Amino acid sequence: MAGLATSLGSGAMTNSIDEIEFAKVLFVIGSNTTECHPVVALKIKDAVSKHGAKLIVADPRKTELCDFATLHLQHKPGTDVALINGLLNVILSENLHNKPYIDERTEGFEEMAKVVANYPPERVEKITGVPKEKIVEAARTYATLKPASIIYCMGITQHRTGTDNVFSLANLAMVTGNIGVESGGLNPLRGQNNVQGACDMGALPNVLTAYQRVDDPALREKFARAWQVNSLPDRPGLTISEMLNAATKGSLKSLFIMGENPALSEANLNHAREALKKLEFIVVQDIFLTETAQMADVVLPAACFAEKEGTFTNTERRVQLVRKALEPPGEALPDWQIIAKLSTLLGYPMRYKNAEQIFKEIVKLTPSYAGITYKRLENGGIQWPCPDKNHPGTKILHKERFARGKGRFHPIEYLGPAETPDSEYPFYLMTGRVLWQFHTSTMSGQVDGLNQIAGEPFVQVNPQDAADLGISDGETVRVSTRRGELLIKVKITPMVDKGSIFAPFHYSKAPVNLLTSDALDSIAKIPGLKVCAASITKL
Amino acid sequence: MSKVKMKIDEKVIETESGKTVLQAATQAGIEIPHLCYHPRLPGTGACRLCVVEVKGARALAASCVLPVSENLEVYTNTERVRKARRLVLDLLLSNHPLDCLTCEMAGRCDLQRYAYELGIKETSFKGEKTNFGVREREPFFLRDYDKCILCGRCVSACAEVRHRYVIDFSHRGFATRITTPYDLPLLEGGCEFCGECVQVCPVGALVEKGRIQKGRNWETKRTQTICPYCGVGCTLELHTYKNRIVNVTAPEGVGVNRGSLCVKGRFGIAEFVNSPKRLKKPLVRKNGKLVETSWKNALKMVAARLKEIKERYGAQSIGFFSSAKCTNEENYLLQKFARAVIGTNNIEHCARL
Ligand code: SF4
Ligand code: SF4
Repeated sequence: MAGLATSLGSGAMTNSIDEIEFAKVLFVIGSNTTECHPVVALKIKDAVSKHGAKLIVADPRKTELCDFATLHLQHKPGTDVALINGLLNVILSENLHNKPYIDERTEGFEEMAKVVANYPPERVEKITGVPKEKIVEAARTYATLKPASIIYCMGITQHRTGTDNVFSLANLAMVTGNIGVESGGLNPLRGQNNVQGACDMGALPNVLTAYQRVDDPALREKFARAWQVNSLPDRPGLTISEMLNAATKGSLKSLFIMGENPALSEANLNHAREALKKLEFIVVQDIFLTETAQMADVVLPAACFAEKEGTFTNTERRVQLVRKALEPPGEALPDWQIIAKLSTLLGYPMRYKNAEQIFKEIVKLTPSYAGITYKRLENGGIQWPCPDKNHPGTKILHKERFARGKGRFHPIEYLGPAETPDSEYPFYLMTGRVLWQFHTSTMSGQVDGLNQIAGEPFVQVNPQDAADLGISDGETVRVSTRRGELLIKVKITPMVDKGSIFAPFHYSKAPVNLLTSDALDSIAKIPGLKVCAASITKL
Repeated sequence: MSKVKMKIDEKVIETESGKTVLQAATQAGIEIPHLCYHPRLPGTGACRLCVVEVKGARALAASCVLPVSENLEVYTNTERVRKARRLVLDLLLSNHPLDCLTCEMAGRCDLQRYAYELGIKETSFKGEKTNFGVREREPFFLRDYDKCILCGRCVSACAEVRHRYVIDFSHRGFATRITTPYDLPLLEGGCEFCGECVQVCPVGALVEKGRIQKGRNWETKRTQTICPYCGVGCTLELHTYKNRIVNVTAPEGVGVNRGSLCVKGRFGIAEFVNSPKRLKKPLVRKNGKLVETSWKNALKMVAARLKEIKERYGAQSIGFFSSAKCTNEENYLLQKFARAVIGTNNIEHCARL
């Protein structure tokens, strides 16, 4: 969530899940919440049907949430920035922005306003396909009802312009003074259960825990002393995509993979698999023999969440206790024990008695976690920042001031997706998730009932397109892009607009990421998994 | 909300306006038996088990829909109230299979519990029983509507909590039952298999299939933990028996989810954790094939190879993929290992995705 961190100084949900229910207007963009974050969707629906909130959904697909929405902005895939700039344009030209808030708490407003001025609703309609009346109405609704909450997900970040998309949303929230207020804010819903925690813990190439930068000598010194080593590497490391590139080029020789499945989850999968094949030595720690583990030189059996202790941090920054319910199968061990044993063998003894002991070390080095103890987590968890033992945790970020001092507006020009449909590849291919499976199905694919409902890969096609192509529901077609092709069954549904198709990426039988683009967002370096150009061929 | 003073069983109670007598009593630690009422659902007054005597009123009142008011005096356990309750239970039992021997709800069934408390062994009404049959073909849970007591909790849970409206009362009189529209399979009726209805069912009418014959309610151990799927971080309870997960529920009112889950959290955990395909021993590649080995061997090999590669190509030739599925402690430890032991910042997890 690089965009959010740059604008506001923190990349997490600014507000809490509980507050969603009490927002007066909810702007949901790039999130099929019902299927991807079902329990958050309940709060959105409560807000609408129990408390009369207005819901605006911006999504290229007609998601289930649209049934609850006052407005559905069905913009073309990859045109988010244009759409948001259009909303900002209306807000500024109709004087609906919050001037005292902008003056007091933000910077960079003028530059942003200048760019936004070039996005009148007429132009935005041409780019996005959303009628200008709807853009105006959405802008007025969002800007006049308070508090207003923005909720977004990977539909926003998994683009070549993902960071831009987030900057734009931050502009929208700040211009209306919705950051730092109860039930308002800018709220990314994170995909995996401990994405937030993995980021907080410094499983990132440029920062240590709590986003302390590796290129800051004083911080490095602090960690080196605590860890009793002479020095720590000072240059930011490589991201996953860059590591795979380095492997292809031959400069990366070995990968140690804990609980990830890049052989199925990476964009431009052929490339990722080639990269893995080039490595001299791969270690995989996992609970199943995943597609990636099958390529490894050593596979280490890990305990799953139910077989160990520790903490997870959810999308609203809540650190919560994970408790052990049963013994791991066979000789499997918790990941932390495996790392500790290996480290000890390599001459750096790690002798932790339990997960809590590791946590005690974490809080000493991690300012936002400093006041948290396992004991304090026993009753429902604590939201960071929690700087000391008496601090109750933080429900709403940026309340009096932004984490970075002043909130920064960013002037963002619309770039468009890396690939747009042409005569050869006339469709937008979007990828995403369905309710019934999760990520690469490592876990959910073991569940009979889920497979019964959604065990087969499919591609959603609009009825009109299906008729034009002469294909019927359930028919197998060939979907191709510039990177690859696969055979997949068609599901005809008005959920996708004419000219767009959608396929979930869960399935190893039809790995959709063989098709997607690895054009990287320039700052967050997230590949553009969400949109690319594709063709459908009847067999 | 203003303060309200009232009396329940002669005890003076302070509560707030807008509450029902049942809620006020519960708050004050006075238990009123109830079946259709559930703390997360709007009261309907349907089952009439929660009746109380109101001073100055002729008829008994259902406490789940009776609002508190200043100086209200109610009695929850008079002879009249007990008689009314007996009658309600007696009638319910007259059309309920008494197969507690094998019923999965035994030990946690509200009907069983109240019958026990009032000492009702069998019904005094002899008559016809419904014969709807069990719907057990569908995924995740079965519906045995002969055990259904028509409390309507599942209907409200689906409508009020999930906004799905998949199930409702149908038919009339003795034939009344809960069904999907046209009795379609759940999936076709729009069910998302969230299991909210199963969790609130007070009897054995809605039962998770995975738990059948896998331990009685009093034999299973419950452990509160966090869902391993999406970033919402729902609190859930793993029910284990003989080192296997036999069921998953969400503790009422706890965590961000307050008792709700989605299909993955409720029905998508046990099978992957218990799966026979779980890795049980370390594997190393020998002649192109992955073969089982001991921990000692596997770790020795990893240590030797990492050391060798680092010496030959430098620390930057090694990379680490950490995991958004692992705990904070594990992510911390892996980045510490990468940085302090190997000496590289080449570490990321797939968070950006
Ligand atoms: S499982 Fe959920 S959606 Fe399906 S009937 Fe029950 S409450 Fe409704
Ligand atoms: S139960 Fe569903 S909504 Fe809740 S954390 Fe798990 S996957 Fe997410």
